Amino acid sequence: MKTFAELNFPGRLIAVEGLDGSGKSTQIYLLKRWLEAEGFKVYFSEWNSSELVKSATSKGKKRELLTPTTFSLIHATDFADRYERHLVPLLRAGYLVLCDRYIYTAFARDVVRGCPPEWVRGLYSFAALPDLTMFFKADLEVSLNRILEGRPKLKFFEAGMDLRLSADPYESFRIFQGRTLEQYMAMSTEFNFVVMDANEHVNKQQVLVRKLVSESLDLKRFKRKSPLPLPPSIRTEDRMKETDEDMAAV
Amino acid sequence: MKTAETSKTRRFYGHGIPNVAPEELAGKLIVVEGADGSGRSTQIARLVDWLETSGKGTIQVGLKRSTLVSEELAKAQEGNILSRTTLSLFYATDFADQLVNIILPALRAGFIVLADRYIYTLMARDLVRGMNEAWLKNLYGIALEPDAVFYLSVEPEELVQRNLSKSAALDYWESGMDLGLSRDVFDSFLKYQAAMAEAFLNMQKTYGFEIVDANRSTDHVTRELRKKITALLD
Repeated sequence: MKTFAELNFPGRLIAVEGLDGSGKSTQIYLLKRWLEAEGFKVYFSEWNSSELVKSATSKGKKRELLTPTTFSLIHATDFADRYERHLVPLLRAGYLVLCDRYIYTAFARDVVRGCPPEWVRGLYSFAALPDLTMFFKADLEVSLNRILEGRPKLKFFEAGMDLRLSADPYESFRIFQGRTLEQYMAMSTEFNFVVMDANEHVNKQQVLVRKLVSESLDLKRFKRKSPLPLPPSIRTEDRMKETDEDMAAV
Repeated sequence: MKTAETSKTRRFYGHGIPNVAPEELAGKLIVVEGADGSGRSTQIARLVDWLETSGKGTIQVGLKRSTLVSEELAKAQEGNILSRTTLSLFYATDFADQLVNIILPALRAGFIVLADRYIYTLMARDLVRGMNEAWLKNLYGIALEPDAVFYLSVEPEELVQRNLSKSAALDYWESGMDLGLSRDVFDSFLKYQAAMAEAFLNMQKTYGFEIVDANRSTDHVTRELRKKITALLD
Protein backbone atom coordinates (compact mmCIF):
# COMPACT_ATOMS: atom_id res chain seq x y z
CA MET A 1 0.00 0.00 0.00
CA LYS A 2 1.27 3.44 -0.94
CA THR A 3 0.50 7.01 0.05
CA PHE A 4 -0.94 9.52 -2.42
CA ALA A 5 2.45 11.23 -2.55
CA GLU A 6 4.13 7.93 -3.41
CA LEU A 7 1.56 7.42 -6.15
CA ASN A 8 2.46 10.86 -7.56
CA PHE A 9 -0.87 12.48 -6.90
CA PRO A 10 -0.48 16.26 -6.84
CA GLY A 11 -2.88 16.48 -3.85
CA ARG A 12 -2.28 15.34 -0.28
CA LEU A 13 -4.55 13.56 2.17
CA ILE A 14 -4.53 14.27 5.90
CA ALA A 15 -6.49 11.91 8.13
CA VAL A 16 -7.43 12.11 11.78
CA GLU A 17 -8.20 9.01 13.77
CA GLY A 18 -9.15 8.35 17.37
CA LEU A 19 -11.90 7.09 19.61
CA ASP A 20 -15.32 8.69 19.78
CA GLY A 21 -14.94 11.73 22.00
CA SER A 22 -11.21 12.09 21.44
CA GLY A 23 -11.75 15.59 20.05
CA LYS A 24 -10.37 14.76 16.59
CA SER A 25 -13.36 16.27 14.76
CA THR A 26 -12.88 19.60 16.51
CA GLN A 27 -9.20 19.60 15.64
CA ILE A 28 -9.70 18.82 11.95
CA TYR A 29 -12.46 21.42 11.76
CA LEU A 30 -10.12 24.09 13.15
CA LEU A 31 -7.40 22.93 10.77
CA LYS A 32 -9.82 23.30 7.87
CA ARG A 33 -10.81 26.83 8.95
CA TRP A 34 -7.15 27.86 9.01
CA LEU A 35 -6.24 26.29 5.66
CA GLU A 36 -9.24 27.90 3.99
CA ALA A 37 -8.48 31.28 5.47
CA GLU A 38 -4.91 30.95 4.18
CA GLY A 39 -6.32 30.44 0.68
CA PHE A 40 -5.55 26.77 0.12
CA LYS A 41 -7.60 24.32 -1.92
CA VAL A 42 -9.21 22.25 0.82
CA TYR A 43 -11.87 19.54 0.90
CA PHE A 44 -13.25 17.89 4.00
CA SER A 45 -14.77 14.41 4.07
CA GLU A 46 -16.35 12.63 6.97
CA TRP A 47 -16.70 8.91 7.70
CA ASN A 48 -20.16 7.50 6.95
CA SER A 49 -21.46 10.53 5.06
CA SER A 50 -22.15 9.37 1.51
CA GLU A 51 -25.66 10.58 0.74
CA LEU A 52 -27.01 7.41 -0.80
CA VAL A 53 -25.43 4.83 1.47
CA LYS A 54 -26.21 6.80 4.61
CA SER A 55 -29.94 6.10 4.49
CA ALA A 56 -29.24 2.36 4.47
CA THR A 57 -26.72 2.65 7.29
CA SER A 58 -29.03 4.67 9.50
CA LYS A 59 -31.89 2.24 8.82
CA GLY A 60 -29.57 -0.63 9.73
CA LYS A 61 -28.47 1.10 12.90
CA LYS A 62 -31.90 2.26 13.98
CA ARG A 63 -33.48 -1.16 13.52
CA GLU A 64 -30.39 -2.92 14.79
CA LEU A 65 -30.19 -5.02 11.62
CA LEU A 66 -26.43 -4.92 11.28
CA THR A 67 -24.13 -7.86 11.92
CA PRO A 68 -20.33 -7.57 12.03
CA THR A 69 -20.10 -8.52 8.34
CA THR A 70 -22.79 -6.17 7.07
CA PHE A 71 -21.61 -3.39 9.40
CA SER A 72 -18.20 -3.69 7.82
CA LEU A 73 -19.47 -3.90 4.23
CA ILE A 74 -21.86 -0.99 4.45
CA HIS A 75 -19.11 1.26 5.79
CA ALA A 76 -16.79 0.06 3.03
CA THR A 77 -19.50 0.96 0.51
CA ASP A 78 -19.81 4.42 2.00
CA PHE A 79 -16.05 4.86 1.91
CA ALA A 80 -15.77 3.64 -1.69
CA ASP A 81 -18.45 6.09 -2.80
CA ARG A 82 -16.67 9.05 -1.25
CA TYR A 83 -13.29 7.77 -2.40
CA GLU A 84 -14.18 7.30 -6.05
CA ARG A 85 -16.56 10.24 -6.37
CA HIS A 86 -14.73 12.92 -4.38
CA LEU A 87 -11.33 12.03 -2.96
CA VAL A 88 -9.59 10.69 -6.06
CA PRO A 89 -10.67 13.47 -8.47
CA LEU A 90 -9.87 16.16 -5.88
CA LEU A 91 -6.46 14.69 -5.12
CA ARG A 92 -5.75 14.54 -8.82
CA ALA A 93 -6.68 18.20 -9.02
CA GLY A 94 -4.14 19.05 -6.32
CA TYR A 95 -6.39 19.50 -3.30
CA LEU A 96 -5.58 19.12 0.37
CA VAL A 97 -8.13 16.54 1.45
CA LEU A 98 -8.97 16.32 5.14
CA CYS A 99 -10.60 13.11 6.36
CA ASP A 100 -12.34 12.69 9.67
CA ARG A 101 -11.61 8.96 10.02
CA TYR A 102 -10.09 6.87 7.25
CA ILE A 103 -9.62 3.13 6.61
CA TYR A 104 -7.96 2.62 10.03
CA THR A 105 -11.33 3.16 11.69
CA ALA A 106 -12.56 0.05 9.87
CA PHE A 107 -9.34 -1.84 10.59
CA ALA A 108 -9.85 -1.21 14.31
CA ARG A 109 -13.62 -1.40 14.78
CA ASP A 110 -14.49 -4.24 12.43
CA VAL A 111 -11.78 -6.42 13.93
CA VAL A 112 -13.10 -5.73 17.43
CA ARG A 113 -16.49 -6.84 16.08
CA GLY A 114 -14.95 -10.17 15.05
CA CYS A 115 -14.20 -9.72 11.34
CA PRO A 116 -10.91 -11.29 10.26
CA PRO A 117 -8.22 -8.57 9.93
CA GLU A 118 -6.95 -9.82 6.54
CA TRP A 119 -10.49 -9.77 5.15
CA VAL A 120 -11.09 -6.17 6.27
CA ARG A 121 -7.74 -5.00 4.96
CA GLY A 122 -8.44 -6.75 1.67
CA LEU A 123 -11.76 -4.88 1.32
CA TYR A 124 -9.99 -1.53 1.55
CA SER A 125 -6.96 -2.48 -0.54
CA PHE A 126 -8.20 -0.24 -3.38
CA ALA A 127 -7.50 2.85 -1.25
CA ALA A 128 -4.17 4.67 -1.06
CA LEU A 129 -2.77 5.61 2.35
CA PRO A 130 -2.94 9.12 3.84
CA ASP A 131 0.14 11.31 3.57
CA LEU A 132 -0.29 12.30 7.22
CA THR A 133 -2.31 10.49 9.89
CA MET A 134 -2.81 12.10 13.28
CA PHE A 135 -4.05 9.82 16.01
CA PHE A 136 -5.75 11.62 18.89
CA LYS A 137 -5.08 9.63 21.99
CA ALA A 138 -7.14 10.56 25.02
CA ASP A 139 -7.70 8.65 28.24
CA LEU A 140 -10.76 6.48 28.06
CA GLU A 141 -12.40 8.48 30.88
CA VAL A 142 -11.79 11.73 29.02
CA SER A 143 -13.41 10.35 25.84
CA LEU A 144 -16.34 8.96 27.76
CA ASN A 145 -16.96 12.26 29.53
CA ARG A 146 -16.79 14.24 26.28
CA ILE A 147 -19.38 11.94 24.66
CA LEU A 148 -21.68 12.09 27.67
CA GLU A 149 -21.50 15.86 27.98
CA GLY A 150 -22.76 16.35 24.43
CA ARG A 151 -25.45 13.70 24.43
CA PRO A 152 -27.42 12.20 27.27
CA LYS A 153 -27.44 8.65 25.86
CA LEU A 154 -24.94 6.35 24.16
CA LYS A 155 -26.00 4.97 20.79
CA PHE A 156 -26.39 1.20 20.37
CA PHE A 157 -23.56 0.54 17.92
CA GLU A 158 -21.36 3.32 19.28
CA ALA A 159 -21.43 1.57 22.65
CA GLY A 160 -20.72 -1.77 20.95
CA MET A 161 -23.99 -3.14 22.35
CA ASP A 162 -24.24 -5.52 19.37
CA LEU A 163 -21.30 -7.42 20.83
CA ARG A 164 -23.21 -8.22 24.03
CA LEU A 165 -20.22 -7.26 26.14
CA SER A 166 -22.42 -5.98 28.92
CA ALA A 167 -26.09 -5.16 29.45
CA ASP A 168 -25.01 -1.75 30.73
CA PRO A 169 -24.34 0.63 27.82
CA TYR A 170 -21.67 2.55 29.76
CA GLU A 171 -19.78 -0.58 30.70
CA SER A 172 -20.15 -1.88 27.14
CA PHE A 173 -18.86 1.41 25.72
CA ARG A 174 -15.89 1.28 28.05
CA ILE A 175 -14.92 -2.27 27.01
CA PHE A 176 -15.61 -1.65 23.32
CA GLN A 177 -13.64 1.59 23.18
CA GLY A 178 -10.82 0.00 25.17
CA ARG A 179 -10.52 -2.83 22.66
CA THR A 180 -10.71 -0.39 19.75
CA LEU A 181 -7.89 1.61 21.27
CA GLU A 182 -5.78 -1.57 21.51
CA GLN A 183 -6.32 -2.21 17.80
CA TYR A 184 -5.36 1.36 16.92
CA MET A 185 -2.19 1.21 18.98
CA ALA A 186 -1.22 -2.12 17.42
CA MET A 187 -1.17 -0.56 13.93
CA SER A 188 0.26 2.80 14.98
CA THR A 189 3.85 2.06 13.89
CA GLU A 190 2.92 0.11 10.77
CA PHE A 191 0.95 3.07 9.39
CA ASN A 192 3.10 5.93 10.76
CA PHE A 193 0.49 7.48 13.05
CA VAL A 194 1.55 10.75 14.62
CA VAL A 195 0.15 10.38 18.12
CA MET A 196 -1.32 13.60 19.52
CA ASP A 197 -2.05 14.10 23.20
CA ALA A 198 -5.80 14.55 23.15
CA ASN A 199 -6.03 15.18 26.90
CA GLU A 200 -4.48 18.60 26.26
CA HIS A 201 -6.45 21.82 25.94
CA VAL A 202 -8.19 22.28 22.57
CA ASN A 203 -6.27 25.42 21.60
CA LYS A 204 -2.89 24.01 22.54
CA GLN A 205 -3.58 20.93 20.45
CA GLN A 206 -4.51 23.06 17.47
CA VAL A 207 -1.21 24.94 17.65
CA LEU A 208 0.59 21.60 17.42
CA VAL A 209 -1.67 20.37 14.61
CA ARG A 210 -1.00 23.47 12.49
CA LYS A 211 2.70 23.27 13.17
CA LEU A 212 2.82 19.62 12.21
CA VAL A 213 0.87 20.19 8.99
CA SER A 214 3.00 23.11 7.86
CA GLU A 215 6.18 21.17 8.60
CA SER A 216 5.10 17.94 6.89
CA LEU A 217 3.62 19.45 3.73
CA ASP A 218 4.85 22.02 1.27
CA LEU A 219 1.71 24.09 1.76
CA LYS A 220 2.34 26.84 -0.79
CA ARG A 221 1.81 24.27 -3.55
CA PHE A 222 -1.86 24.14 -2.62
CA LYS A 223 -2.65 27.86 -2.94
CA ARG A 224 -5.65 28.77 -5.01
CA LYS A 225 -4.71 30.65 -8.17
CA SER A 226 -7.89 32.68 -8.19
CA PRO A 227 -9.45 33.72 -4.90
CA LEU A 228 -12.70 32.07 -3.85
CA PRO A 229 -15.79 34.09 -4.69
CA LEU A 230 -16.85 35.86 -1.52
CA PRO A 231 -20.20 35.00 0.04
CA PRO A 232 -22.97 37.53 -0.80
CA SER A 233 -23.10 39.06 2.70
CA ILE A 234 -19.47 40.16 2.57
CA ARG A 235 -19.83 41.43 -0.96
CA THR A 236 -22.67 43.71 0.14
CA GLU A 237 -20.50 45.11 2.93
CA ASP A 238 -17.66 45.69 0.49
CA ARG A 239 -19.95 47.50 -1.85
CA MET A 240 -21.19 49.65 1.00
CA LYS A 241 -17.63 50.41 1.99
CA GLU A 242 -16.91 51.43 -1.56
CA THR A 243 -19.93 53.65 -1.55
CA ASP A 244 -18.75 55.24 1.70
CA GLU A 245 -15.36 55.88 0.19
CA ASP A 246 -16.98 57.34 -2.91
CA MET A 247 -19.00 59.60 -0.68
CA ALA A 248 -15.93 60.62 1.25
CA ALA A 249 -14.16 61.39 -2.03
CA VAL A 250 -17.00 63.69 -2.92
CA MET B 1 -22.09 -39.05 -11.57
CA LYS B 2 -20.44 -37.25 -8.68
CA THR B 3 -23.68 -35.76 -7.39
CA ALA B 4 -24.38 -38.99 -5.50
CA GLU B 5 -21.67 -38.11 -2.99
CA THR B 6 -23.81 -35.87 -0.85
CA SER B 7 -21.51 -35.74 2.14
CA LYS B 8 -19.07 -33.11 0.92
CA THR B 9 -17.78 -31.05 3.82
CA ARG B 10 -19.49 -27.75 4.48
CA ARG B 11 -17.19 -24.80 4.14
CA PHE B 12 -16.99 -21.13 3.43
CA TYR B 13 -14.99 -20.09 0.40
CA GLY B 14 -12.71 -17.87 2.45
CA HIS B 15 -12.88 -16.18 5.83
CA GLY B 16 -16.60 -16.85 6.20
CA ILE B 17 -18.88 -15.22 8.76
CA PRO B 18 -17.62 -14.56 12.31
CA ASN B 19 -18.81 -17.13 14.86
CA VAL B 20 -20.60 -19.41 12.41
CA ALA B 21 -19.56 -23.05 12.33
CA PRO B 22 -20.30 -24.49 8.87
CA GLU B 23 -20.90 -28.01 10.15
CA GLU B 24 -24.00 -26.80 12.03
CA LEU B 25 -25.69 -25.92 8.74
CA ALA B 26 -27.71 -29.05 8.11
CA GLY B 27 -30.00 -27.93 5.27
CA LYS B 28 -29.17 -27.75 1.58
CA LEU B 29 -28.17 -24.70 -0.40
CA ILE B 30 -29.07 -24.94 -4.07
CA VAL B 31 -28.13 -22.14 -6.44
CA VAL B 32 -29.59 -21.46 -9.88
CA GLU B 33 -27.47 -19.14 -12.01
CA GLY B 34 -28.03 -17.79 -15.51
CA ALA B 35 -28.80 -14.64 -17.48
CA ASP B 36 -32.17 -12.90 -17.57
CA GLY B 37 -34.29 -15.01 -19.87
CA SER B 38 -32.51 -18.26 -19.03
CA GLY B 39 -35.60 -19.42 -17.14
CA ARG B 40 -34.18 -19.14 -13.61
CA SER B 41 -37.32 -17.86 -11.90
CA THR B 42 -39.60 -20.28 -13.70
CA GLN B 43 -37.42 -23.21 -12.75
CA ILE B 44 -37.12 -22.10 -9.14
CA ALA B 45 -40.89 -21.68 -8.84
CA ARG B 46 -41.36 -25.20 -10.17
CA LEU B 47 -38.72 -26.62 -7.84
CA VAL B 48 -40.31 -24.94 -4.82
CA ASP B 49 -43.67 -26.36 -5.81
CA TRP B 50 -42.26 -29.83 -6.19
CA LEU B 51 -40.18 -29.76 -2.99
CA GLU B 52 -42.96 -28.35 -0.83
CA THR B 53 -45.49 -30.83 -2.17
CA SER B 54 -43.15 -33.59 -1.15
CA GLY B 55 -43.00 -32.11 2.36
CA LYS B 56 -39.73 -30.22 2.35
CA GLY B 57 -39.40 -26.72 3.75
CA THR B 58 -37.89 -24.19 1.36
CA ILE B 59 -36.67 -20.60 1.56
CA GLN B 60 -35.90 -18.42 -1.44
CA VAL B 61 -33.32 -15.69 -1.75
CA GLY B 62 -32.04 -13.62 -4.65
CA LEU B 63 -30.05 -10.53 -5.52
CA LYS B 64 -31.33 -7.13 -4.42
CA ARG B 65 -33.81 -8.57 -1.93
CA SER B 66 -32.19 -7.60 1.37
CA THR B 67 -34.02 -5.56 4.00
CA LEU B 68 -30.88 -3.56 4.56
CA VAL B 69 -30.01 -2.06 1.18
CA SER B 70 -32.35 -3.27 -1.58
CA GLU B 71 -34.19 0.07 -1.90
CA GLU B 72 -31.01 2.13 -1.93
CA LEU B 73 -29.41 -0.23 -4.42
CA ALA B 74 -32.35 0.07 -6.79
CA LYS B 75 -32.22 3.85 -6.50
CA ALA B 76 -28.49 3.89 -7.22
CA GLN B 77 -28.96 1.80 -10.33
CA GLU B 78 -31.71 4.01 -11.69
CA GLY B 79 -29.46 7.04 -11.64
CA ASN B 80 -26.33 5.09 -12.59
CA ILE B 81 -24.43 7.31 -10.20
CA LEU B 82 -22.18 4.88 -8.38
CA SER B 83 -18.74 3.96 -9.54
CA ARG B 84 -17.52 0.39 -9.86
CA THR B 85 -16.08 -0.41 -6.44
CA THR B 86 -18.99 1.26 -4.70
CA LEU B 87 -21.62 -0.64 -6.65
CA SER B 88 -19.71 -3.85 -6.11
CA LEU B 89 -19.56 -3.34 -2.34
CA PHE B 90 -23.22 -2.33 -2.28
CA TYR B 91 -24.18 -5.64 -3.92
CA ALA B 92 -21.90 -7.48 -1.51
CA THR B 93 -23.69 -5.82 1.41
CA ASP B 94 -27.03 -6.91 -0.04
CA PHE B 95 -25.72 -10.46 -0.38
CA ALA B 96 -24.18 -10.54 3.11
CA ASP B 97 -27.41 -9.31 4.71
CA GLN B 98 -29.36 -12.19 3.18
CA LEU B 99 -26.60 -14.68 3.91
CA VAL B 100 -26.41 -13.85 7.60
CA ASN B 101 -30.07 -13.19 8.28
CA ILE B 102 -31.81 -15.66 5.96
CA ILE B 103 -29.60 -18.29 4.37
CA LEU B 104 -27.58 -19.37 7.42
CA PRO B 105 -30.51 -19.52 9.89
CA ALA B 106 -32.61 -21.44 7.34
CA LEU B 107 -29.84 -23.96 6.77
CA ARG B 108 -29.34 -24.33 10.49
CA ALA B 109 -33.03 -25.18 10.75
CA GLY B 110 -32.69 -27.81 8.00
CA PHE B 111 -34.46 -25.98 5.17
CA ILE B 112 -33.66 -26.20 1.50
CA VAL B 113 -32.52 -22.75 0.41
CA LEU B 114 -33.02 -21.94 -3.26
CA ALA B 115 -30.90 -19.02 -4.39
CA ASP B 116 -31.90 -17.18 -7.54
CA ARG B 117 -28.31 -16.19 -8.42
CA TYR B 118 -25.40 -16.14 -6.00
CA ILE B 119 -21.91 -14.67 -5.79
CA TYR B 120 -20.99 -15.99 -9.23
CA THR B 121 -23.18 -13.49 -11.10
CA LEU B 122 -21.82 -10.70 -8.92
CA MET B 123 -18.24 -11.77 -9.57
CA ALA B 124 -18.78 -12.30 -13.30
CA ARG B 125 -20.29 -8.82 -13.68
CA ASP B 126 -17.30 -7.25 -11.95
CA LEU B 127 -14.73 -9.35 -13.77
CA VAL B 128 -16.22 -8.37 -17.12
CA ARG B 129 -15.82 -4.76 -15.94
CA GLY B 130 -12.14 -5.24 -15.23
CA MET B 131 -12.15 -5.51 -11.46
CA ASN B 132 -9.38 -7.28 -9.61
CA GLU B 133 -10.03 -11.00 -9.17
CA ALA B 134 -8.06 -11.38 -5.93
CA TRP B 135 -10.02 -8.48 -4.42
CA LEU B 136 -13.32 -10.13 -5.39
CA LYS B 137 -12.26 -13.49 -4.01
CA ASN B 138 -11.41 -11.95 -0.66
CA LEU B 139 -14.68 -10.02 -0.63
CA TYR B 140 -16.80 -13.09 -1.37
CA GLY B 141 -14.78 -15.31 0.93
CA ILE B 142 -17.75 -14.69 3.25
CA ALA B 143 -19.93 -16.96 1.06
CA LEU B 144 -20.88 -20.51 1.93
CA GLU B 145 -20.10 -23.14 -0.67
CA PRO B 146 -23.48 -24.38 -1.99
CA ASP B 147 -24.45 -28.04 -2.21
CA ALA B 148 -25.18 -27.57 -5.89
CA VAL B 149 -24.95 -24.80 -8.45
CA PHE B 150 -26.85 -25.10 -11.72
CA TYR B 151 -25.87 -22.69 -14.44
CA LEU B 152 -28.66 -22.39 -17.00
CA SER B 153 -26.79 -21.84 -20.20
CA VAL B 154 -28.57 -20.18 -23.12
CA GLU B 155 -27.09 -18.84 -26.36
CA PRO B 156 -27.07 -15.00 -26.45
CA GLU B 157 -29.20 -15.02 -29.65
CA GLU B 158 -31.85 -17.08 -27.89
CA LEU B 159 -31.69 -14.77 -24.83
CA VAL B 160 -32.42 -11.79 -27.06
CA GLN B 161 -35.51 -13.50 -28.43
CA ARG B 162 -36.77 -14.45 -24.96
CA ASN B 163 -36.16 -11.01 -23.45
CA LEU B 164 -37.79 -9.19 -26.34
CA SER B 165 -40.82 -11.44 -26.41
CA LYS B 166 -41.27 -10.86 -22.68
CA SER B 167 -40.84 -7.10 -22.37
CA ALA B 168 -40.20 -5.78 -25.91
CA ALA B 169 -36.98 -4.19 -24.63
CA LEU B 170 -33.50 -5.13 -23.50
CA ASP B 171 -32.51 -4.15 -19.94
CA TYR B 172 -29.78 -1.47 -19.65
CA TRP B 173 -27.64 -3.44 -17.17
CA GLU B 174 -28.26 -6.88 -18.70
CA SER B 175 -27.04 -5.35 -21.95
CA GLY B 176 -23.92 -4.01 -20.23
CA MET B 177 -24.64 -0.54 -21.63
CA ASP B 178 -22.47 1.03 -18.90
CA LEU B 179 -19.44 -0.63 -20.53
CA GLY B 180 -19.76 1.27 -23.79
CA LEU B 181 -19.32 -1.88 -25.89
CA SER B 182 -21.65 -0.44 -28.49
CA ARG B 183 -24.11 2.42 -28.69
CA ASP B 184 -26.61 -0.01 -30.10
CA VAL B 185 -28.36 -1.87 -27.28
CA PHE B 186 -28.93 -4.96 -29.43
CA ASP B 187 -25.22 -5.33 -30.30
CA SER B 188 -24.20 -4.46 -26.76
CA PHE B 189 -26.51 -7.15 -25.34
CA LEU B 190 -25.00 -9.85 -27.56
CA LYS B 191 -21.43 -8.83 -26.77
CA TYR B 192 -22.07 -8.47 -23.06
CA GLN B 193 -23.88 -11.77 -22.69
CA ALA B 194 -21.12 -13.55 -24.60
CA ALA B 195 -18.56 -12.01 -22.23
CA MET B 196 -20.63 -13.03 -19.21
CA ALA B 197 -20.95 -16.60 -20.50
CA GLU B 198 -17.19 -16.71 -20.90
CA ALA B 199 -16.66 -15.41 -17.37
CA PHE B 200 -18.97 -18.16 -16.09
CA LEU B 201 -17.11 -20.82 -18.01
CA ASN B 202 -13.83 -19.61 -16.51
CA MET B 203 -15.29 -19.73 -13.03
CA GLN B 204 -16.69 -23.17 -13.65
CA LYS B 205 -13.16 -24.56 -13.37
CA THR B 206 -12.74 -23.10 -9.87
CA TYR B 207 -16.24 -23.50 -8.51
CA GLY B 208 -17.30 -26.60 -10.39
CA PHE B 209 -20.93 -25.81 -11.10
CA GLU B 210 -23.10 -27.91 -13.35
CA ILE B 211 -23.91 -26.45 -16.71
CA VAL B 212 -27.48 -27.13 -17.76
CA ASP B 213 -28.39 -26.65 -21.40
CA ALA B 214 -31.33 -24.29 -21.07
CA ASN B 215 -31.81 -23.77 -24.79
CA ARG B 216 -34.15 -26.74 -24.45
CA SER B 217 -37.81 -26.64 -23.38
CA THR B 218 -38.78 -25.63 -19.85
CA ASP B 219 -40.08 -29.13 -19.08
CA HIS B 220 -36.89 -30.68 -20.26
CA VAL B 221 -34.81 -28.49 -17.98
CA THR B 222 -37.13 -29.09 -15.00
CA ARG B 223 -36.78 -32.85 -15.42
CA GLU B 224 -33.01 -32.61 -15.41
CA LEU B 225 -32.94 -30.36 -12.35
CA ARG B 226 -35.30 -32.60 -10.42
CA LYS B 227 -33.21 -35.65 -11.20
CA LYS B 228 -30.05 -33.97 -9.99
CA ILE B 229 -31.65 -32.56 -6.86
CA THR B 230 -33.22 -35.94 -6.00
CA ALA B 231 -29.76 -37.48 -6.07
CA LEU B 232 -28.52 -34.68 -3.83
CA LEU B 233 -31.28 -35.07 -1.24
CA ASP B 234 -31.17 -38.86 -0.94
